Amino acid sequence: MSDTFFTAPPHWQWLVILYFFFGGLAGGSYLIAVLADFFGDASDRGLARLGYYVALPAVGIGGLLLIGDLTRPERFWHMLVMSERGWPILKYWSPMSVGSWGLLAFGGLAFLSFLGALAESGRAPAALSVLRHGPLARLIAGLGGLGAFFLAGYTGVLLAVTNRPVWSDTPLLGFLFLVSANSIAAAALILLGRWQGVGSSSMARLARMDRWLIVLELLALIAFVLSLGPVARVWVSAWGVLLLGVVLAGLVAPLALHWRPDLLGSLTAPAAAVLVVVGGFMLRVVIVLAAEAV
Amino acid sequence: MPEPMGFFTDTTVCIGCKACEVACKEWNQLPSTDGGANTLSGHSYDNTRQLDGIHWRHVKFVEQFAADREGGRWLMMSDVCKHCVQAGCLEVCPTGAIIRTEFDTVVIQSNVCNGCRDCIAACPFGVIGTNPVSGTAQKCTLCYDRMQVGLTPACAKACPTESIKFGPIASLRRTARARVERLQGQGRTRAYLYGDDETILGGLNSFYLLEDRPEVYGLPAAPKLPSRNLVPGSLWSGLGALLVGLVGLVSFRQRRMEENGATRGEGRRNV
Ligand code: SF4
Repeated sequence: MSDTFFTAPPHWQWLVILYFFFGGLAGGSYLIAVLADFFGDASDRGLARLGYYVALPAVGIGGLLLIGDLTRPERFWHMLVMSERGWPILKYWSPMSVGSWGLLAFGGLAFLSFLGALAESGRAPAALSVLRHGPLARLIAGLGGLGAFFLAGYTGVLLAVTNRPVWSDTPLLGFLFLVSANSIAAAALILLGRWQGVGSSSMARLARMDRWLIVLELLALIAFVLSLGPVARVWVSAWGVLLLGVVLAGLVAPLALHWRPDLLGSLTAPAAAVLVVVGGFMLRVVIVLAAEAV
Repeated sequence: MPEPMGFFTDTTVCIGCKACEVACKEWNQLPSTDGGANTLSGHSYDNTRQLDGIHWRHVKFVEQFAADREGGRWLMMSDVCKHCVQAGCLEVCPTGAIIRTEFDTVVIQSNVCNGCRDCIAACPFGVIGTNPVSGTAQKCTLCYDRMQVGLTPACAKACPTESIKFGPIASLRRTARARVERLQGQGRTRAYLYGDDETILGGLNSFYLLEDRPEVYGLPAAPKLPSRNLVPGSLWSGLGALLVGLVGLVSFRQRRMEENGATRGEGRRNV
């Protein structure tokens, strides 16, 4: 029996699961925006703006969810400042500590990029377009992109750096969450992009990216289950059925829809995207709650 | 600097009276019920069930009976925070609420804790829980307040059989090893110490004399620190970042190339 079965559950439940989802969405959207800015061309700027528009509210909601999950929410700032001495506290070996700082830093950068995007579309003072064009904008996007990677992946490392079954029985959760966060974000941007009138060529590239991310996520998920070794028997349960559901409905089905774009007519792309978003959410539900239930 | 202090719990003389549990609750003013609810285990005389935010001592009843009830035995063990020398809870705590004291014990400062509950998931022994009264993570403090004025922790003071011994770790270890030898000499060859040396998390400042495998008492055979996953987990995430970045780069680059190709094609047609 794995030594992880002698531990107690932290009761991280729906608020934490939702945070994992919104944090992933924020990181992924920002990252796609940065990729579109750095590697795309002028026609991708609309997509990049959309990414920045999604990232800020998502990271804001995520932060609030995290604070709401504390049993003493009014002390949330103790994560950053030692309450008794007034000094900042950062423990680089504690993902919860690094994550709090990462969330704050990413939130700030996402805010700047958000303002830049507003300025570019004429909805904020033109002076703010230095946040969207030129060296400062590239610096912000570069740093923010790193922060986005961090935000998308650290939650998996946070779960791993415990002693709970499943979570700490594999080093692959960060990898899995990072890939899944980006596929969620790509799918969400596909949905929002249709509605916001993002150019069709940007949309096509986004779909191509999501296709590869789904394949990558499928591989990551298989590797994750295999890496659990004997602990994988926890999936011989209702949770395993749900996990299988995530694989089939959240990964295999959207992949099939990507392969056969005329399967559901004009609904094919949005249907695939909805499945990916819901599947990404359910993945987090299953992984968090299955370990809580052991 | 005072010496490292701790508990040596000799499970062979525990009679399951739970005096330690009661003394602990009294001294530390812990509620006797969980928000008014009296939870019964329903399958055992052990209705404390677990260590958590309002149970800092838990007398485990390991009830082993043959199916026909002919033979059987009860193992009793008063469980408590192990005050690990390498403590997983302390490692992950982001607020600095969990500290190591001058007695080499591990204490959660309730006025600092904000209830993120990372320590609950990090403890290899499942010791910590949320106390609903304070809304913070709590566990045994080894009676830090009593120790500071030279008093014995409440549980050890109350224990009628001296199953729970309190003292400087060095002398507790000597006592414990002598006790194992005596038991072995009496033919109780299964007696051994759990956590009395550095092999388990650098040493447990609350260690045990057991007469069966650790798992039988609900203890992990080889508990580990949560940080063992930090570097591998981060490296794998880094690899994930690289792959995702690559996918993004290819997806958006390809578009540029295709466009260049398309423009050239159009150019040719125009000619
Ligand atoms: S037993 Fe658990 S709560 Fe006690 S010091 Fe060790 S890790 Fe911390």
